[in-house]
Amino acid sequence: METASTISTTTAPTTMPGAANGVFEMPKVTYLNAQEGIKSWLLTGDHKRIAILYLISISVFFALGGVFASLIRIELLTPGPELDAEMYNRAFTAHGIIMVFMFLIPAIPAVLGNFLLPIMIGARDLAFPKVNLLSWYLYIIGGALTMSAMVIGGVDTGWTFYTPYSTTYSQSYVFLTGLGIFIMGFSSITTGLNFVITTHKMRAPGMTWSRLPLFVWSQYATSLVMLLGTPVIAITVVLLAAERVFGVGIFNPNLGGDPVLFQHLFWFYSHPAVYIMILPAMGVISELIAAFSRRRVFGYSFVAFSSLAIAIFGFLVWGHHLFVSGQSAYAGIIFSILSFIVAIPSAVKVFNWTTTLYKGSISYETPMLYALAFIGLFAIGGLTGLFCAALGLDVHITDTYFIIAHFHYVMVGSTVIAYLGGIHYWWPKMTGRGYPEFWGKLSALLIYVGFNLTFFPQFILGYLGMPRRYHVYPPEYQVLNILSTAGASVLAVGFMMPVFYLLWSLKYGPITGPNPWGAKGLEWETASPPPTFNFDATPIVTEEAYAYDAEADEAAYQAALQQGKR
Amino acid sequence: MSGHIVPKKTYYTIFLLLMILLAVTVLIAYLDLDHATGIGGLNIIVALSIAFTKMMLVVMYFMHMKWSNKLTWIFGGASILWLVIMLVITMADYISRGWVMFTNR
Repeated sequence: METASTISTTTAPTTMPGAANGVFEMPKVTYLNAQEGIKSWLLTGDHKRIAILYLISISVFFALGGVFASLIRIELLTPGPELDAEMYNRAFTAHGIIMVFMFLIPAIPAVLGNFLLPIMIGARDLAFPKVNLLSWYLYIIGGALTMSAMVIGGVDTGWTFYTPYSTTYSQSYVFLTGLGIFIMGFSSITTGLNFVITTHKMRAPGMTWSRLPLFVWSQYATSLVMLLGTPVIAITVVLLAAERVFGVGIFNPNLGGDPVLFQHLFWFYSHPAVYIMILPAMGVISELIAAFSRRRVFGYSFVAFSSLAIAIFGFLVWGHHLFVSGQSAYAGIIFSILSFIVAIPSAVKVFNWTTTLYKGSISYETPMLYALAFIGLFAIGGLTGLFCAALGLDVHITDTYFIIAHFHYVMVGSTVIAYLGGIHYWWPKMTGRGYPEFWGKLSALLIYVGFNLTFFPQFILGYLGMPRRYHVYPPEYQVLNILSTAGASVLAVGFMMPVFYLLWSLKYGPITGPNPWGAKGLEWETASPPPTFNFDATPIVTEEAYAYDAEADEAAYQAALQQGKR
Repeated sequence: MSGHIVPKKTYYTIFLLLMILLAVTVLIAYLDLDHATGIGGLNIIVALSIAFTKMMLVVMYFMHMKWSNKLTWIFGGASILWLVIMLVITMADYISRGWVMFTNR
């Protein structure tokens, strides 16, 4: 601990990963080269290697989902049909399923969480390393089944699989896709289980609950949602298959079922699943904001407990997806009120991040650009969520592009932005090398501009009444759709750039040393990349999380400036 | 992680009990308890009670809850609480669907 903190003060506080070149050497034995050969990767128990496996597979699925998104945007460039309706239905379903189940849900927990959670709490690994590996295999098997359904013909139900269409009428590969999602659900459950037990049982001496980094708190809350929610989607998919394949009456009124029951069960998981996506993202942002404003996160315990509050309240609001589905009006009123309550812990976080910035010693490296983008975009995504939660207004905007814009602001504008910010922030830790800061900033800027250009017009389109999931639209909507497609092109370029410069950095990036950002937290006190068991000796924690000293850092920065070192 | 070692005999006994309860479930499916006793919904109540008993046997013995610490009980309890949330709020919809609706006519 002591030696590491001296390192962080002697290097200038906000050194870019590139600036420390020549000072540090790559450690000889790291988790990356401790064992060699493909087998040592595919049979590994090391949480860091599994995180890398996830990183690669998730990036592949993200690219595939992006291809389908491009198809959608190309189709919507003109009012007429470029794709036929059948093809278009399959394209947006594929986009939704890939992005939700194969990218957004595992993205931050399985990549950043897997890599960082044990290091952040000072543990050697997760509690069950083999279960962790199992979760990756389940993810790959489930993903392969779902993708094979798409290759042999696809699904046309939308990612929500609403009955009775999915059980009775759809002529596509619903069962195979469902089976894949069922299996991927277990991947999620095993990850959640591992995180909960690790957080309870494997914290280093002195790492009390009130000293946990907020990223760990958010992962913990996320894991609870995974554990309590995911079994419900598994059962729902089984019931769907039972009705579709064996004709058991669950959702079909002719057989004594109720189609709205499917929506209840589906959203009991899938609404909390939104919090599986956003909570870890919020954890990343807490880390980034603290590190780049050199201040302890304002209201630490409020931010920590707001994660738990979101996890719990998130389970009580699913009926706001059913306002126009024939749900009772009284249930609608209750769900509407409960949905507004989720805004409170979310706002607690946003205000506390903003307050953390106040009087901080702020620097604008790439991860911080992503963090600031997150705050703005999440505010828009969250506040438009209140529009959707309002019972009366939602009748007007249900199934329009307003909804599409709203949830893309939350899922892309918040989760993907935080994921990329986190990847850039911890990239030196994962690989030992820094990325080119100029290209990082440029891609962050392109993503920010491209994202807003893509999705802001969709708010207007939706408010004007353009429905989602149609391949044709009236000509008066074309201008806004062209803007949106143009934005998607910029966004695509922005997303592709990190692929190139991050791969480039693996070989040519400057060697960064253990703590390139001068950040606090156990993960910065071990080597970059860390050894297989993370620490040479079990760390003993003696200080609070985020024990930054903004004034001292500012003074050091000014001194460095005067000496002409910056 | 309880290091408790359960004798094989316990597992066999619980398995036997589960099989007996399974047989009872199948049996009462053939009886119309609602009409026989005049209590509406008795069939479903009995069936669900047996199902709950079976679940508790599995949780307590096969999943070792009986010998686990309080933290494990909290998590076990939470999952039951979550099941209750799901059923109760879903039922809130079904029960109130027939109620008088707002109208502007």
